[in-house]
Amino acid sequence: MEVETPLLAQATVPDPNLEVFAVSTDVMGESPYRFLQTSPEFAMKRLLAAGSGDIFQISKAFRKEESGRHHNPEFSLLEWYRVDWDHRMLIREVAELVCEMLGRAGWQVWTYRALFQEHLSVDLFDPGIGRLQLLDVAHQRIGDMPPDLDYDATLALLMTHCIEPAISDWGVVFVTEFPVSQAALARTMAVDSGAVAARFECYIDGCEVANGYWEQCDVAALTAQFVTDNEQRQQRGLPIRELDQRLLAAQAEGLPDCAGVALGVDRLLALQTGVSSLAETLSFDWHRA
Amino acid sequence: MANFSTNEFKSGLKVMLDGDPCSILENEFVKPGKGQAFNRVKMRNLKSGRVWERTFKSGDSLEGADVMDMTLEYSYTDGEFWYFMDPASYEQFAADCDAVSETEKWLKEQEQYEVTLYNGAPLAVTPPNFIELAITETDPGLKGDTAQGGSKPATLGTGAVVRVPLFITEGEVIRIDTRSGEYVSRASKS
Repeated sequence: MEVETPLLAQATVPDPNLEVFAVSTDVMGESPYRFLQTSPEFAMKRLLAAGSGDIFQISKAFRKEESGRHHNPEFSLLEWYRVDWDHRMLIREVAELVCEMLGRAGWQVWTYRALFQEHLSVDLFDPGIGRLQLLDVAHQRIGDMPPDLDYDATLALLMTHCIEPAISDWGVVFVTEFPVSQAALARTMAVDSGAVAARFECYIDGCEVANGYWEQCDVAALTAQFVTDNEQRQQRGLPIRELDQRLLAAQAEGLPDCAGVALGVDRLLALQTGVSSLAETLSFDWHRA
Repeated sequence: MANFSTNEFKSGLKVMLDGDPCSILENEFVKPGKGQAFNRVKMRNLKSGRVWERTFKSGDSLEGADVMDMTLEYSYTDGEFWYFMDPASYEQFAADCDAVSETEKWLKEQEQYEVTLYNGAPLAVTPPNFIELAITETDPGLKGDTAQGGSKPATLGTGAVVRVPLFITEGEVIRIDTRSGEYVSRASKS
């Protein structure tokens, strides 16, 4: 079923790496701000908890300060949820969609661990590989680096500076089984080598186009994730986000077992039309809007 | 000076890095789906002229550099400094040999130059793209030469040596492209 959810909501995500546009509401008796949604995820999960079944929508999403060749602060997302599916089933569906749209013959699925072994010769499950060892690898590969990178920021740096360029001629690549520290709103699960996050990213020609989860349905685990996010925000001197009580109440009622994905429509269009920047797919990009 | 955040880094912005003034050339925002975002920034060190590539965490900031470009008129040199004048205020600026650098061979009195000032002192001197200079020394041209054919070295009033067509003679004023150091044409008669 196609759905439509509000763009301006009273709550927003506590993810420390996402900044929102706060809009002044000026309505008596209401909180002074509403937030432009960074994705329709929370509202769609409330619909799922209310029994909607499989749902999808294409909507605008807004992320402050994300502007560049592959980023526009206002952009379009195709987001959908499949009840009773896991992330592996959803990977197949995303793969079929993008391959059909782009005329690609096939796709590959790599675990996060295997990708780092292949391209950087480090095993993230090796207990001897911690933040310092990763910083060392990054320093060797990249040279000068920003100071004060924590474990996940170092992984992010290796991803953007080393892995993404290395898979730019691999076509459609799904990266899955993320480190637990990067689970975001995915559930964690046990594999042979330990615990991983049931999350995936779809890369096409080295460009990230979609992020998906086998959703975290446990409301206690979800709340703990939000609290951790807010602690990180506090450490970085960012504003604390009030938790979305409506989402938590809906998830307490019960989010059905499901998998969901958000796909960047503008990036997919850029790939389909063979242009090198999002600006070329938009009527007026951020700087001309 | 004000601080500038990575999302304000635009081509031409002057910032301080490792104690040197730098000019931003390119700024690319990268983010791995979820997680920490970075800016990969190319900048030119205005002192050394070298291009640096640095990565910053998005949202980090750098101090602005007190750098500005002024159009100044070259006056003279005392051998140690090269003096430039603001034609509007008559204020004088003394550029050392590091600032004048390669431009020395294109310095002509009363000609206007783009001078980059850092904390009020010349940091770099950029010549106009085209400049007209007189030839002080060159071998005589051979009879019958036309615009086609070979070339010969000619020394200019500034000391620069450029290759000119064979028909060009001593004392003539020629037009030169300072970016390539190549002869363009005879100077327009004025």
